Amino acid sequence: MSAITVNAAPAIRPVRWLRLAWVGWRQHRLALGGAALLLVGVSLWMLVSGLQMRSALNSFGLNSCTPLTASSCSSQETVFINDYYSGAQVVVGVLTVIPILIGALVGAPLVARELETGTFRLSWTQGCGRTRWLLSRLSLLAVAVTGGAAAVSVLFSWYYQPMLRLGQASRLAPQIFDLSGVAFAGWTLAAFAISVFAGALIRRMIPAIVAALAAWSGLLVAVVFYLRSHYLAPLTGTGLITSTSGTGQGASWLLSQWWIQPGGLPASQSEIATLSSQLRQAGGLPTAQAVQQWFAEQGYIKYFTYQPASRFWSFQLIEGGWLLLASLLLGAGTVWLIRHRAT
Amino acid sequence: MNIIETHGLGKRYRRTWALRDCSLAIPAGSVVALVGHNGAGKTTLLNLLVGLIEPTEGSASVLGGERAGSPAALDGVGYVAQEAPLYQNLTVGETLRVIASLNRRWDQDQARSRLAELGIPLNRRVRRMSGGQQAQLALTLALARRPRLLVLDEPLAMLDPLARFDFMDTVMAATSRDGVSVVLSSHVLAELERVADHLVLLSRGRLQVAGPVRQLTAVHRVLCGPLQSAGRLLEQVPAVHVSRTDDQARILVNADIGKDGLPEGWRAQPASLEEMVLGYLREPDASALPEAEAQSEEVPA
Repeated sequence: MSAITVNAAPAIRPVRWLRLAWVGWRQHRLALGGAALLLVGVSLWMLVSGLQMRSALNSFGLNSCTPLTASSCSSQETVFINDYYSGAQVVVGVLTVIPILIGALVGAPLVARELETGTFRLSWTQGCGRTRWLLSRLSLLAVAVTGGAAAVSVLFSWYYQPMLRLGQASRLAPQIFDLSGVAFAGWTLAAFAISVFAGALIRRMIPAIVAALAAWSGLLVAVVFYLRSHYLAPLTGTGLITSTSGTGQGASWLLSQWWIQPGGLPASQSEIATLSSQLRQAGGLPTAQAVQQWFAEQGYIKYFTYQPASRFWSFQLIEGGWLLLASLLLGAGTVWLIRHRAT
Repeated sequence: MNIIETHGLGKRYRRTWALRDCSLAIPAGSVVALVGHNGAGKTTLLNLLVGLIEPTEGSASVLGGERAGSPAALDGVGYVAQEAPLYQNLTVGETLRVIASLNRRWDQDQARSRLAELGIPLNRRVRRMSGGQQAQLALTLALARRPRLLVLDEPLAMLDPLARFDFMDTVMAATSRDGVSVVLSSHVLAELERVADHLVLLSRGRLQVAGPVRQLTAVHRVLCGPLQSAGRLLEQVPAVHVSRTDDQARILVNADIGKDGLPEGWRAQPASLEEMVLGYLREPDASALPEAEAQSEEVPA
């Protein structure tokens, strides 16, 4: 058996990353420009609309109105909400689909276009090798789209802050949570990674975009409706739920609620609803709070499970963390496909 | 040094073998003509040599022992794929910059002067160029990388006869000036005859003929004579292919047969590369392969 001689072949200094990244930029600058245009457009909209909201807050005197529950405040608040809430919801809606728009725009062509047009035979036979070719543009574009999304989500947090302050939504509520903190950047990165992977797997751009759209939306729905509320065990509370009750549930994310009757048996929500509408019709209990008060006096106890607002950053880090991990895994999967399967 | 060496190389796509049992040893400096029917496995072999696909079995090395597709191999192998794929939205100048940035070595002066000779302006969009110009640009890109092995897959298919001549002139200039080895697949036998000194003929995914052209032509003859005595002669000679006209027969034989011993009215001619290739293409069961000398070098993986 002959000894294996490792000939010290003169180590080839590989092509520098910076040059490879330049090629990635050169070939994807149109898609990046499109994504940037989209982000700048929505940012300007938020900026203008956010400034308007703030000047309205001032002129309504809502900035100095404390407590917000005082009747003088709440009438002004109603006017403000009427004027601005629906506009803010449109912004929220548009922002919700931006990750997949950008991800598919930038990510789907990355590999699929090369495979579709046959140019992979040119690019993958150059001296740098296909792995470095792929890694350079993958990381460049991932950083670009994630960074862009992160900047926009900072702006969104500023923009939406008045709505949170007026108690229109919990920071943990679906939609708002996805657009703030690190989650928005995470969902954008995931959309990009899914799109690139779909392109490498399906090898054609349009079907890859459709597949990425379906996969990303499905994931988002699953997370919002099933997964997210289980990141940490929810707390159980009892008593009244009001926006200013000061027990830390203020802007918390309410998951479920039920009642216990004076006899100790649980009462369904519909029983309670019937009872309270009867009470209202009988008169004397004009507000929902008064109704709850009456229930409490009769010995009904209200229970609810919730995620407190103080868990906002824990939840953000959990969600951002696993989205980052999933994106890295998809990136590794793409590299594997390109190295072993794609041709 | 063998610029190309393969041992029992095979590639299977799902259930069908595109290439199998392919063992080659081609010395540096060769110009190899790769021929065969469509679907015979030519592109598969070339894709294996440039590392675009991985072998299902066996091994392929280039540049004297570098595994095909390894960084060292990629660095020294220039490739022009079928139909010369290029980025259609770039200009010629941008294409040069992009490809230059993907390589360690790049000879910008050579690329520019070649394009100037061809009359291709740097600011022209690739999509506005003719097929011939695109093929020339693709070749320019491959040569500017200063490869030691140039792999060309059907480079002449998109070219008119004059452009074919120019294209091959460029290739041959590179071989004589820089000692570049070349493998090219083509159906244009006349053009191959002019340039090739090595022949590899594939048939249904297997090697049918392989060897230096001079050696192959030395052991092949074409016998011409009257049809009525052809049958008797065929019993005595290792015939590859017989073509018959009204009263004449032409027999391609795999033997160095002289005039002596031939029946009345028969004469022996040297076989041209073209006639030899055509003969073997028509007879897929005949073969002319070197004695399996590569076997002795085979090492367990």
